[in-house]
Amino acid sequence: MVEQILFVLLAIITLGSALFVVTDRNLFHAALALMVSFAGVAGIYITLDAGFLAMAQLLVYIGAISILIIFAIMMTRRLMQAVEMPFNSQRWLGLFGAVITFVVLAVVIGRYWPIAPSADTFLASIPAVDPEVMSGSVARLGVSFVNPDAYVIPFEVASVLLLAALVGAIVVAWPKVEDKS
Amino acid sequence: MIPLSWYLILGAALFCIGIYGVFARRNAVAILMAVELMLNAVNINLVAFWRYLTPEKSTGMAWAIFVLTVAAAEAAVGLALVISIYRSRDSIIAEDMDLLKN
Repeated sequence: MVEQILFVLLAIITLGSALFVVTDRNLFHAALALMVSFAGVAGIYITLDAGFLAMAQLLVYIGAISILIIFAIMMTRRLMQAVEMPFNSQRWLGLFGAVITFVVLAVVIGRYWPIAPSADTFLASIPAVDPEVMSGSVARLGVSFVNPDAYVIPFEVASVLLLAALVGAIVVAWPKVEDKS
Repeated sequence: MIPLSWYLILGAALFCIGIYGVFARRNAVAILMAVELMLNAVNINLVAFWRYLTPEKSTGMAWAIFVLTVAAAEAAVGLALVISIYRSRDSIIAEDMDLLKN
C-alpha cells in the first residue's frame, strides 16, 4: 500500500510537471518544471531498484541537460519579456493525436497486463529477487559494458558518438568568421 | 504491490505529453524539451521491463544508459543548432526555419 501511494505521488509529480513543460508560456518556468519532471523519473527508477540509473539521471539530466537548456533559453530570448503565442496552428490536431496515441497504448497495455491490481494476474507486483542478485546488478552492468560478448561495441560507439557530438556542437555554434580577403 | 501496467501507463502518458509538446510548441528549445520527455518515457519502460522480467541480466539497464548517452548528445547538438540559427535569423520559432523552402 505504501509503495502504491509512493508510486502515485511520483507519477503525479512527473506527469504534472511534464504537462507544465509543454503548456507554460514562460519558457524559463517550463525548463524548471522539466527539472522537476526528471527528478520524478529518478524517483520512479528508485522504486524499480535501479538506484544507479536514478543517480545517472540526476547527474546527466538534471545536472547537465537541464542546465544546457537553461543556457540556451537565456542566450536566445530576451528573458522575462512577454512571449508571443507559444503554440502553433496545429495545437488541437497535436492534442488529438497525442490523446489517440495514449488511448491506443493504454488499451493494448490493459489487454496484456491488466491495470487493476489483483494478486493472481501476471506480473501484478514487482517480483521478489534474491537480494544478492539485486545488489550485484551494477557490477554486472559494468562488466557487460566491457565484455566482448555483450555491449563493448555499442559502448565504444556511444563514446565516439559523444565525441562527435562535442566537436559538432562546437563547430555548429562557432561564430561565423568574417572573410578578410 | 504495483502491477507492471502502471509503469507502462506512466511511460505512455509521459510519451504522449511529449508528442503534444513536439506538435504544438513553436519555440525550438521547447520542442527539444518535449523530445527529452519522450526519451524519459522510453527509459521508464526499459527499466520497468528489466526489473519485472529479467532482473538477473543487465540488458535493460544497459540500454537505458545508452538512451541517456544519446539524449545528452542530442541535447548538445540540438541546442548548438538553435543558437546558430538564432544568430543568423534572430528567431528560434520553428516555423521561421524555412531555409530549404522554395
